[in-house]
Amino acid sequence: MIRIDSVWYEYPSGTVALRNVNLVINRGEIVAFMGENGAGKTTLLKHLNGLLKPTSGKVEVDGVDTRTSTVASLSRHVGLVFQNPDNMFFCTSVLEEVSYALTRFGYSREEVRRRAEEVLKLFNLWHYRDSSPFTLSGGEKKRLAISIVVAWMPSYIVIDEPTTGLDGWGKRMLMDLLLHLKDSERGIILSSHDVEFISEIAARVVLLRRGEVIADGPAEDILTDTALLEEASLLTPQIPSLLYELKRRGLKDLNHKCLRLDEAVRYLSAILGRSGSNWRGDVV
Amino acid sequence: MAIEVSNLSFRYAGATQWALRNISLSIEEGEFAVFTGATGCGKSTLFKCLIGLIPQMYPGEYLGRVVVDGLDPAQTPVSRMAQKVGMVFQNPDNQLFALTVENDVAFALENLGLERAEIERRISKAFKMMGIEDLRKRSPFELSGGQKQRVAIASILALEPDILILDEPTSSLDGATAKKLLEELGEIRRREGITVLISEHRLDLVVREATRLIVIEEGQIVADGEPREVVHDLLEDGYEKVELPKLSRLAWMLGLRGADSIPVTREEFVERFLGVGK
Repeated sequence: MIRIDSVWYEYPSGTVALRNVNLVINRGEIVAFMGENGAGKTTLLKHLNGLLKPTSGKVEVDGVDTRTSTVASLSRHVGLVFQNPDNMFFCTSVLEEVSYALTRFGYSREEVRRRAEEVLKLFNLWHYRDSSPFTLSGGEKKRLAISIVVAWMPSYIVIDEPTTGLDGWGKRMLMDLLLHLKDSERGIILSSHDVEFISEIAARVVLLRRGEVIADGPAEDILTDTALLEEASLLTPQIPSLLYELKRRGLKDLNHKCLRLDEAVRYLSAILGRSGSNWRGDVV
Repeated sequence: MAIEVSNLSFRYAGATQWALRNISLSIEEGEFAVFTGATGCGKSTLFKCLIGLIPQMYPGEYLGRVVVDGLDPAQTPVSRMAQKVGMVFQNPDNQLFALTVENDVAFALENLGLERAEIERRISKAFKMMGIEDLRKRSPFELSGGQKQRVAIASILALEPDILILDEPTSSLDGATAKKLLEELGEIRRREGITVLISEHRLDLVVREATRLIVIEEGQIVADGEPREVVHDLLEDGYEKVELPKLSRLAWMLGLRGADSIPVTREEFVERFLGVGK
């Protein structure tokens, strides 16, 4: 469990980036920190592996206070993927890049090789193993950055803006992977303003504005609340936005608290079916 | 025709793969053409060919022919091309350098040798178009990402190009800011009659403004046409490499499709949905 307790953070410049943040994050859940640029999302993520220490309040990772622990030892349990993958790379090949942290954590050569191969294949990067990370495209770099952290299987995987630079296929792959990691009892913590991506995967959304948590709850409550989203400068996702419009146009009983595509298909096809329409969908 | 590309192929010097493979494409004046495709598919390379940076600045093997606004970008000085075709790059920081926003926008105009009054007229107009009149005296480096991108676009609009090319202009912007910017670009196109070419991943935000949707994969055009028809065909083919608007996907799964087109906006979806059963 990660416990964030009355955390305030002030940058040396005097900017107050976090204001009394209180959160508990458990393993096995996917939590998304959302809000506009400058809301404090990245600052909060950097507190989870001790890169930043609270000005007041405290952060505990599985009972360990981040103020009394080093980033190196915390990173074993909390893997942080930066928004800009270039900041993470320094090796001459993709394979070395993935192997580096594993070696540092003391795994045997065979184990390092096995894990690196597994994760690079998982992310469809194995054919680039001998290439320089800097020759990869934007989406490939992003995948490599995430795979480096996944390779050492930390208890908590923290990704700053996971979908920037990813295309449709890359997002789908990441979505499957995050759901799989969640099922393996890891905590997944993301920061994002990609409401469409988050609506498909996150069970819980924490909305931040100017360093404050303005909402924390189930995604289907928060990402369907247009007024609240507007306050955080986020767009309403396409599906609830569509359901609102249908409601406004006469389907008064419609429940707009629906986020995922598969749910919307089930829900709307039932309505079309009831109205005795010429529905001919091929829902699977 | 604003742009005519015939059998264009390009391979960067030292690369084994062709970045563009036999691209043929015509874009009419006043179109809003959206280019999409996986990262690294060749969109930026194609844009560089349209403004002449390729082959003039990037060495490599260049085949085929490109005509933009009656000029051949491979032969025309890049500075002359720039007066016809303006390009806004992905990262506005690469384009901003002066101490004030105003000086940044004035720089290219001064280099064109324009009169003071003409420079002032163009700056005022471009600032008004992008809604940034209040930023004139500010430093570009203290602006937000959305503001910087607006300044970068204004500095290109001040050149009064016939064609405006934007390479992933919203990639660093949040959804609400991106949506607003794209709507404004649509408005500028309608009002000024400028041809707009834009590359964008978030189709759901841009498709409303688009008259054309062009999908590129590994340097080749794999789909090109009216957006509702292209999205229809991609759904039919189960094409996964681009992120299609979720509501188009939903419409498809609900069977709310025409013979060759699919709703791409909320309004179109609602009409189709409410029309079923009538």
